[in-house]
Amino acid sequence: MSIISVRDLVVEYDGRRVLDGLNLDIEPGQITVLLGGSGSGKSTLLRQILGLEHPKSGGISIKGTDITTCSQADLKTIRRSVGVAFQSAALFNSLSLEDNVALPLREHTALAPSVIDLIVWMKLAVVGLADFGKLHPQELSGGMKKRAAVARALAMDPEILVLDEPSAGLDPIVAAELDELIVFLKETFQITALVVTHEMHSAFRIADRIAMLFDGRLLAVGTKDEIRANQNPRVRQFLNRVPANPMHTPALTSYLERYVQSQEAKP
Amino acid sequence: MANLLETAGRETLSQLDYVGSLNIQWWATLRGMRAALPLVGNRHRWRAAVHQMLEIGVEALPMVALLAMCSGFILAMQGASELRRFGALHFVIDLVAVGFTRELGPLLTAIAVSGRSGSSFAAEIGTMKVTEEIDALKIMAFEPVEFVLAPKYLAALVAVPCLTIVSALFGIFAGGLFMFFSTHLGLLLYFRYVLTSIELRDVVAGMIKSLAFATIIAHVGCLEGLRVRGGPEAVGRSTTSAVVRSTFLVIVADAMFTTIFYFVGKT
Repeated sequence: MSIISVRDLVVEYDGRRVLDGLNLDIEPGQITVLLGGSGSGKSTLLRQILGLEHPKSGGISIKGTDITTCSQADLKTIRRSVGVAFQSAALFNSLSLEDNVALPLREHTALAPSVIDLIVWMKLAVVGLADFGKLHPQELSGGMKKRAAVARALAMDPEILVLDEPSAGLDPIVAAELDELIVFLKETFQITALVVTHEMHSAFRIADRIAMLFDGRLLAVGTKDEIRANQNPRVRQFLNRVPANPMHTPALTSYLERYVQSQEAKP
Repeated sequence: MANLLETAGRETLSQLDYVGSLNIQWWATLRGMRAALPLVGNRHRWRAAVHQMLEIGVEALPMVALLAMCSGFILAMQGASELRRFGALHFVIDLVAVGFTRELGPLLTAIAVSGRSGSSFAAEIGTMKVTEEIDALKIMAFEPVEFVLAPKYLAALVAVPCLTIVSALFGIFAGGLFMFFSTHLGLLLYFRYVLTSIELRDVVAGMIKSLAFATIIAHVGCLEGLRVRGGPEAVGRSTTSAVVRSTFLVIVADAMFTTIFYFVGKT
């Protein structure tokens, strides 16, 4: 049974359809990568799965609970089993790294401070930041911030780990280190991970399954090999890094058609 | 004409939406404020509230005191120049004492706090919005209203009335200095006259106003921060808007309260 299930999801912003009847199942204990270009709807889908926005129609179930219709209390319970590392890391700048990781533990558990300190040290050690706990986020490099965000996401030992563009803006070596970290977490803690990215190299390194989005729809879902063998022209274009022809956009075509019609209508 | 009506209608709806949002936020914060109270609430929120009280109150003390001293001096001198012509110089004491207790103390404090803390609330929360920290709070099963807004509101409710009392004291003291230098009236005698001219209802009116102003400043600042969309430039706009809107609303509220107290006082 899938741990996250998206059914007929439709999302619109000001009448513009961003996700169009999307269906997706995420299996437990696997790394699922949401792959797609800019504006394909990846981040929107992620925000929907995290319950940060409401869809126009459709449903999202996490561990059997529909988060689009459940109560706030149920949503909070579900959220405690999900750890999220945002694209911008979203660390609290007023808190040290240790305090950032300790925050959910202090607030949501009755653990003794010494136990919390130990857990925080372990989480920071997992991401290689054990010696940097006293630093504040503004004193860290981009890669360290991303790793710190992963450490905070792991604080409550979540069943599901969500990573939004973990390697965006990082140099190839740091990005590769993060990829290794994600694979290590999955293998060590049997965690279910949902990773949003547009970096193909990273996606094919870490993914058990890949879901490819285009224009608010799922183009393809499958294993790495299935995606590599997919013959959909859009998938091929993305995999082969073929640039889109800017002269053949639907908007430009319809504008030219309207222009020609208006010229013909003139006496 | 149609365009004018359309613009007026849109503007009216937008302002009604703003006032509605303020009221909803106020109600939600009141409900979440128990968490920020000492003993019965969450000790982390109370600590945050105390930190805010120090920032809003103690750090603004020199500025508010100086502002009140200058204004007290100005009011006494302007009053004296007119009242002297009627041989009623002693009424300067009533003017300064009642004026600062009922009106200038709360108003000057509100304007100073609006510029210092209202803008700071908007900038802080706006930055948290832009850097996805508010989303991170929601994902970690925290209630942003309880976590961010409630300590700020509680702090404003405590700090602004305290600052108002300080402001009134310094304003009245400045009036005393003027009377001492212009008429050689002793300060002790001056304060005895002050105590006879102030009634309990003047103090109550001033305190009611200061609580209302604290509510306006805290909530306009927080709402402007929460309405930030986009990047850093939006944070800048929200900061300006927080000061402009809260100052405007403080003056409107002051006019309303003064009218109410005027008619209540007559009966």
